[in-house]
Amino acid sequence: MDISTNTTAPPLPAQPPAAEQKRAARATTRPGDRIFLGLSRGSGIFLLVVMAAIAVFLTYRAAVAISKDEANFFTTFEWNPTGSPPMFGIAVLAFGTIVSSIIAMAIAVPVSVGIALFITHYAPRKLGGVVAYVIDLLAAVPSIVYGLWGILVLVPKLDGLYGWLDDYFGWTGILSWQGGAPRSLFTVGILLAIMILPIITNVSREVFRQVPQMHEEAALALGATRWEVIRMSVLPFGRSGIISASMLGLGRALGETMAVAMVLSPLFDIQVSLLDYGGGTFAQNIASKFNEANPLGRDALIASGLVLFVITLLVNGAARMIIARRKEYSGANA
Amino acid sequence: MSHASLSDKRPGSSLRGATLPKWFPWATAAGSIVLGIGISAVAGLDSDIQWGLIAAILFVLGSYAIAAKVEGRRQAKDRVATSLVWVAFILAVVPLASLIWETVRRGVKVLDGYFLTHSMGIVGDKEPGGGIYHAIIGTLEQVGLAALISVPIGVLTAIYLVEYGRGKLAKAVTFFVDVMTGIPSIVAGLFILSLWIITFGMGYSGFAGSMALTILMLPVVVRSTEEMLKLVPNELREASLALGVPKWRTILKVVLPTSIGGITTGVMLAIARIAGETAPVLLLVWVTPLINTNPFSDPQASLPVYIYLQYANSGGAGAAYDRAWAAALVLIAFIMILNMAARGIARWKAPKTGR
Repeated sequence: MDISTNTTAPPLPAQPPAAEQKRAARATTRPGDRIFLGLSRGSGIFLLVVMAAIAVFLTYRAAVAISKDEANFFTTFEWNPTGSPPMFGIAVLAFGTIVSSIIAMAIAVPVSVGIALFITHYAPRKLGGVVAYVIDLLAAVPSIVYGLWGILVLVPKLDGLYGWLDDYFGWTGILSWQGGAPRSLFTVGILLAIMILPIITNVSREVFRQVPQMHEEAALALGATRWEVIRMSVLPFGRSGIISASMLGLGRALGETMAVAMVLSPLFDIQVSLLDYGGGTFAQNIASKFNEANPLGRDALIASGLVLFVITLLVNGAARMIIARRKEYSGANA
Repeated sequence: MSHASLSDKRPGSSLRGATLPKWFPWATAAGSIVLGIGISAVAGLDSDIQWGLIAAILFVLGSYAIAAKVEGRRQAKDRVATSLVWVAFILAVVPLASLIWETVRRGVKVLDGYFLTHSMGIVGDKEPGGGIYHAIIGTLEQVGLAALISVPIGVLTAIYLVEYGRGKLAKAVTFFVDVMTGIPSIVAGLFILSLWIITFGMGYSGFAGSMALTILMLPVVVRSTEEMLKLVPNELREASLALGVPKWRTILKVVLPTSIGGITTGVMLAIARIAGETAPVLLLVWVTPLINTNPFSDPQASLPVYIYLQYANSGGAGAAYDRAWAAALVLIAFIMILNMAARGIARWKAPKTGR
């Protein structure tokens, strides 16, 4: 990889050291090289500038908004930037975002791990390949199409399930249902789970592929059943991979906009029951309130976007760190 | 698990314990589906989600109970794990297959030459007719502009990281490319909104949308190009440099041509990813039912936003839903074709790694 040092080294040992240094210096200052290096370094710097600009501009507009906010930005259950005095807060949005993401993760992670195991360990080789390919393609389906499918196909089918949950688990309070269209945070969670399945499956599949053959064969030689092989050698090896895959999926679920905006029937309030419509998420709120927002309203939405940005940064950063640590770890073992 | 207890349990067997026949899982599955439908019919449940769930639960419990009785607990656990994995597979495939099926089935209704070549200019939200011509133009222009900006910058950044990058700057760029990958699309939209529209006072335009799409596309291009450049064998670079070719010409004439297939694949996958983005376009390009071929001024339409509007503004009119599904079908087809073409190129032009 380190070419520059190789190439500027003199081929002839007889040359005097002074001439050698001169040649090295000349080789690196060729104008074409300098321009090209400048261009490519400039692109890298441009990327950093963009990231910095994102942080600066969002923070600036958010500061403008929060300074005019008469209520506590983090604890207020209201979104009324046009009122006098303007009062808005993100408590409802934070609640909705977290709840819908938790539901999505609770469904998607076990199912994705199951599919990844299916592809790598259970399915006949050909079927596994086809499934992997299809899941890959589905990762590319745009969220607006998931949204359209969610509201026009999935939601009408959920009436029965909701009634059922209400009948048997309504006494818990969080699974009671007052009727009305099943366009609640629970439905959003189901839809988000379907949307993040492909990414979690793809990453965990890659990790399961890397499990050392020896571990599995050793377990098999001891008479382990297939499940015991998976539990003793595959899952422990892949644990950090599953965690980081889940966090990548979580990052996507947190920022998902259009599908949520189409399926959720929003209400700026926190519902005790997951099945009753209402609530909202950061991204959904931005998309649905943006149309009628005045300048302060726009700034308020930008402020909520900044919170979303920080949350996804933390989640994604944690996922990347786990992946990076794992890389070093497995490299040392290989 | 001592030997004694094993032989206690299965007297008369040879080395292997009692096993259930091969058709056992299929029979259990069929049995539980029949039972599930039966129970639902008796209880008057009408949703297919419900009998599906009942059947799945019956299947898992049934295979555990029977296997535990015949084969022993360890084998039964294994069977449960197997059936759970199959259930997971089916649980995932059903909605995904339904998504594709419904889009195709409902999309082909109004999809024809007229639909592809007309705009919504004189058609009311709830009336039948109209088409997606304006949206196709908008999407192609916005995505094309985004690609024009992000491909050179992205490829150059990747070249910097692979061919030149050492030290702090390269590390920072690598880290922030990762961070950028995770930016939600709506946040990218909000950034361009606060920079371009609020601070600079520019109007809504296709170009504003392209800038947000660029932010989403850049990290994908950088990542994939980086991976491809790393695959180019060092011997090629060394051979070229040993002939006295300057480094920049080595990169342009040797490294890039070797990896061009992979880079093209990465770019096409990135385009496929941003072509379906709705939120930033909705924020920055605004909406119009008219054909606007100039991406630098005035609102434009785009396919994803078109789908959203047909759903949101129609008040449940069937004609609008049909248009939404047809546009969704066109969008999915466009993205899938890009995807498959990208994979084809990747296979066809895969760089031959050093041997």
